[in-house]
Amino acid sequence: MDFTVLIDFLPLILKGLWYTIVLLILSCIFGFILAIPIGLVQVTGPKPLAWLAGAFCTVIRGTPLLIQLYILYYGLGSLFPQIPWIRHSFMWPVLREGFFYAALAFTLSFAGYEGAVMKGAFASVPKGELEAARAFGMSPFTVLRRIWLPRAFRIVLPTLGGETILQLKATPIAALVTVVELYGAAGQIFRSTLDFFPPMLMVAVIYFALTFLITRLFNFVERQVPQR
Amino acid sequence: MGWTDLLAWNPPGWGSPIFRGVITTLQISFCAYALGLLIGLLGARGKLSGGKLTKRLLEGYTTIVRSVPELLLIVILFYTGTQGFNSLLAAFGLGPVRINGFVAAVAVLGVVQGAYSTEVLRGAIKAIPVGQIEAARAYGMSPFLMFRRITLPAMLPYAIPGLSNLWLTATKGSALISVVGYVELTKITQQAAGGTKWYFTFYTTAAVLYLVISLISLQGFGMLDRYVRRGQPKVG
Repeated sequence: MDFTVLIDFLPLILKGLWYTIVLLILSCIFGFILAIPIGLVQVTGPKPLAWLAGAFCTVIRGTPLLIQLYILYYGLGSLFPQIPWIRHSFMWPVLREGFFYAALAFTLSFAGYEGAVMKGAFASVPKGELEAARAFGMSPFTVLRRIWLPRAFRIVLPTLGGETILQLKATPIAALVTVVELYGAAGQIFRSTLDFFPPMLMVAVIYFALTFLITRLFNFVERQVPQR
Repeated sequence: MGWTDLLAWNPPGWGSPIFRGVITTLQISFCAYALGLLIGLLGARGKLSGGKLTKRLLEGYTTIVRSVPELLLIVILFYTGTQGFNSLLAAFGLGPVRINGFVAAVAVLGVVQGAYSTEVLRGAIKAIPVGQIEAARAYGMSPFLMFRRITLPAMLPYAIPGLSNLWLTATKGSALISVVGYVELTKITQQAAGGTKWYFTFYTTAAVLYLVISLISLQGFGMLDRYVRRGQPKVG
């Protein structure tokens, strides 16, 4: 076990760290944006949409992320090249990369888990507040923007940190579809040095540190948001 | 070839290997879950009533396992386990053996599950009103009798939701075992999809099978939850 060899691989490790962070941030932000309508329609209806959103959450939460990623990467990935206009579109360089499929799978996964949470949050905003907002003559969209969403967000905020950490811990799966994020970088270092423990223990420590940072960050954000 | 041919029971259909994959996945998940519960029970006990050193060690175990990605843990534990076991054999002058993949998979997943179980069970035991435990002690119950008659039935209502989540994590987490090469549902699906190039069909089939496992498990835990809550006042 010689940890000094890792110094030679510093650029690779930093690149891996960058990809892990980008994957995490992209999937959490877009996943959360998707989760808002998914949660909302389950409370407001119409029925078919509510059913669809509920089914989406169940499927995402009931199947392994690894399988979801493989369906997208191998399934969609093997379908796309057969469609000429996709092959010749400007998006093709992106659609060829494992990164795109990993980001897509993680976004949908976060949307599924967070959609179920947002449903509960939207449902638990006191009815009186929404009625008051309507009595003020606010349009449905204004009610959502000014009252319903901010209140729901305040309710989910304490759980959001934990969900983000779970999402971080899911990112190494991206290495299985050729994305060189932290774990992928560790794998590359292992294959070129044939020494298992230095790279693997190092990335384990980095994940540990990232978890700690996320916890602190969300604690900080929570203190900034007024309780009432 | 349509999907009915691909999923036919007999070769060249993949029905029978996929079915065996489902069985293996269930076996791995169940054994890992049971091992996790055992570790969790001991861990929770240690965390609640152990000495200072025991508490420190258990705190380290649960914190590290819960903040490092499962995939990375599985790979590290698998490698450490197989290497360590063989160097132990070498120390006794024995040659290396091939580690049984099933045992390794269960051990690795079980150690990961154990950390989460420890926290779930610790929380559940702590939620039992102190008076009930004191009353049991006052009756002169032995620790084992007290566990069987009081602690276990009293903590289950608090523990079941967490344990239900853990079981779902175990079944879904077992898919990661495919990475270290053990043939369960995900690995056999990879082989089928790679061999036939029918990726969509096979991965979707696997997803449906995992979903069925999850949905049936949820029903089961729902029934269990109602059973352990019998006699409790309804909340809400």
